[in-house]
Amino acid sequence: MYKILFFVVAFQFAVFAQAQDMTSLVVKVKAKLDQVNDYEADGNMKTDVSFIKAPIGKVKIYFKKPNKFRLKKEGGISLLPKGGVSVNMSSIIATNDFVALSAGVSVVNGNSCKVVKLLPINESSEIVLTTLYIDEPNLLVRKAITTTKENGTYEMEMNYGAFAKFGLPEKVIFSFNTKDYKLPKGITLEFDDNEKTISEAQKLKNKKGRVEITYTNYVVNKGIADAIFIK
Amino acid sequence: MLTLIQIELYKIFRRPRTYIAFGAIAALILIIQFGLKVDGKSYADFLMKDVGGSMEIDGNIINGYLICYIMLQLLLVHVPLLVALIAADMISGEANMGTLRLLLSKPYSRTELLLAKFLAATVYTIMLLIWLAILALFVSMWIFGIGDMFLMKSSYVVLISQNDVFWRYAGAFVFAALAMVTVAALGFLLSIFAENSIGPIVATMSIIVFFTILSTLNIPIFNALKPYLFTTHLISWKEFFDLKVNDANEAIIGSIQNPQRIITSALVLLLHIVGFVGAGILIFNRKDVLS
Amino acid sequence: MQVIVRVTDLSKQFKNLTAVDHLSFSVNEGDVYGFLGQNGAGKSTSIRMMLTLIEPSNGNIEIFGMDLAKNRRDILRNIGAVIEKPDVYKYLSAYDNLQLFARLSGIKPTRKLLMDQLEMVGLAQRADDKVKTFSQGMKQRLGIGIALVHNPQLIILDEPTNGLDPQGIADIRNLILHLSREMNKTVIVSSHLLSEIEQIATRVLIIDKGKKLVEGNASELLDPSQTIVELQTLDNVFTLQQLKLSKWADKIQGQRNNSIVIKLDRREIPALHTDLAGMQIQLLSLQPRHSLEDYFLQITSGNQHVDTYSN
Repeated sequence: MYKILFFVVAFQFAVFAQAQDMTSLVVKVKAKLDQVNDYEADGNMKTDVSFIKAPIGKVKIYFKKPNKFRLKKEGGISLLPKGGVSVNMSSIIATNDFVALSAGVSVVNGNSCKVVKLLPINESSEIVLTTLYIDEPNLLVRKAITTTKENGTYEMEMNYGAFAKFGLPEKVIFSFNTKDYKLPKGITLEFDDNEKTISEAQKLKNKKGRVEITYTNYVVNKGIADAIFIK
Repeated sequence: MLTLIQIELYKIFRRPRTYIAFGAIAALILIIQFGLKVDGKSYADFLMKDVGGSMEIDGNIINGYLICYIMLQLLLVHVPLLVALIAADMISGEANMGTLRLLLSKPYSRTELLLAKFLAATVYTIMLLIWLAILALFVSMWIFGIGDMFLMKSSYVVLISQNDVFWRYAGAFVFAALAMVTVAALGFLLSIFAENSIGPIVATMSIIVFFTILSTLNIPIFNALKPYLFTTHLISWKEFFDLKVNDANEAIIGSIQNPQRIITSALVLLLHIVGFVGAGILIFNRKDVLS
Repeated sequence: MQVIVRVTDLSKQFKNLTAVDHLSFSVNEGDVYGFLGQNGAGKSTSIRMMLTLIEPSNGNIEIFGMDLAKNRRDILRNIGAVIEKPDVYKYLSAYDNLQLFARLSGIKPTRKLLMDQLEMVGLAQRADDKVKTFSQGMKQRLGIGIALVHNPQLIILDEPTNGLDPQGIADIRNLILHLSREMNKTVIVSSHLLSEIEQIATRVLIIDKGKKLVEGNASELLDPSQTIVELQTLDNVFTLQQLKLSKWADKIQGQRNNSIVIKLDRREIPALHTDLAGMQIQLLSLQPRHSLEDYFLQITSGNQHVDTYSN
């Protein structure tokens, strides 16, 4: 009995200690990100979703603390995974109300990372669970997998370059699950069968969507007018 | 011959009926534009609902380019009626009015006369499309601005870069002109057989509606027929608004998914025009004028 | 005298109907050629064949010495026609219509020419009014203006007085005489009314059921020395007997419709009258006609040809 009790207590302590450890890591990462009050950047956006035919587009990205985010595409229209892109790193970790659990270590693109599970305490949070792959020495999030209540799970993979010191990525790849897309031909007034080539048909079956944004020309902490964020 | 064409055009454009079509197009387009200007947001929401749960469209899809596409989609179903209104009246109207016998006793061959009339109907059709282009495209661009064009097809959506749209419209309007001239040729052929204009106008429309229904129905037994129905090819202008993608699933700017389909359709339509007009000339040359 | 129109063995067969049946005739330069027949006799079909509106089933049409089938354009350039109703573009003005058809006829009309033409047909005041506001007579005059605007050699008027009031009919008649006598045109004018033709025609063709009944110079057909007299008596058999014994014997043409037909000079009628009285013949009626009228009557009343009757 004691044995068991001890074990439970020890385990709880261990978990707590570990949680403390992870929390401090996340807080450190967050602190690094917090250096950035605002930024704007140019970007190239590539959308790879089976049912979307979109060319690579030039975008401008604006961010302002705490969670203002705007992606503006040249030409005006961008197709984004729902709720996805706007949830950037900062806003994932914006809240302090989370429980961080260690989930071991892993390697992302040759960088060994601590895997941290982030559970929001707030019941009404849109995010159910976030798994962060944190590059501890550099305090960079290399990969994040976020499960949301409404919009499913998406994955962000980040590569860093010159702006790593601000925790700002050079390239972000969002991966997400897509749902079927189908409109009746009567609505679209298409008469002929669009017999797809085999490769195309397979592409359409691939339900994994990807959006890739490559960032250039970061301008950090130079101030951004709020008006930009109003759609 | 030039005199004949001039005279035929003169007759077309001196008739009040001719301007009904221009008025009808203007009214329809302006009403749609007004509606979208006032309440475009909710229409856009309605459109975008269908894109499915996983994706979100950011930005204003209701721009001049999309509006023109929507209007073409709507109007090109109705424009044939307006084209038929004139084309199917070219001969029958004269028979009905009693002027045909005087016209045909003038020193021109019937072939010349028919060609002149058909060319005049073609000019009318093209002017109607230019009018349509001015209102649906240029006025929309002016009112709603330009931007990327977001299109929903039955099994995928297409996003065309702002700078990649205009030439597609140029192509689409040229193709639409060809399609409408085909309608004109059909109406023209039918107008040879009647001595009132209502019959050929209604017959032209009926044929187009009937074939369009066959073209639209997704019933296997009719599917085999589809490539042979000219109505299937009438809407190939839409092919201009579909992009090719590369292996990385990036849409290639300046590409067309099925250029071959446009070419095939254009050839089919051209053949129909030649066929309809040729048959018209053959029949008309042998016809006794009793009106 | 030059032959302007020569029609040879012309036929037109519509499905079950022979509209024109081996018709031959010719029109000379300067003629006012009266084309007579009842409605449906084949006048319009013949005229339409002369204007290439209807393709003949058989036969040949030569106009201005050229084969119509081969020289259509050259021939039509020199013909002006009003075909049945004078229909023109109702949404255009009289002036615009005239200009349009003038151009179609191959001329480039000046405003003066067009206005003169409208003046001639009495429409100068209404030149700019839309034709839809015109009366039947005005349309008919405009139609004739259009037929004449390019100064054609041959003018074909198909029933030009249809729907006109007496004044309108007289106007057209005067116009035709003017064209023929002062402008030296050849005019073919068709009608189903003898009265319209007999006053103006120099030559007359009467057709019935697509066939030629008679063709001849009006002067002959109207010649008083060729007067036809129809006698109706109480006893035709007796009358015929008596006449055959008299000096009138060789003038008897035969019998038709209960009448005895005698051909004589108009001036002989009083003598005939006296003789009939002398022969104790109980006369019911004695009706003299010139021969054109007589021909025409045959096709309008019962169509019973006289058996012994010949041209």
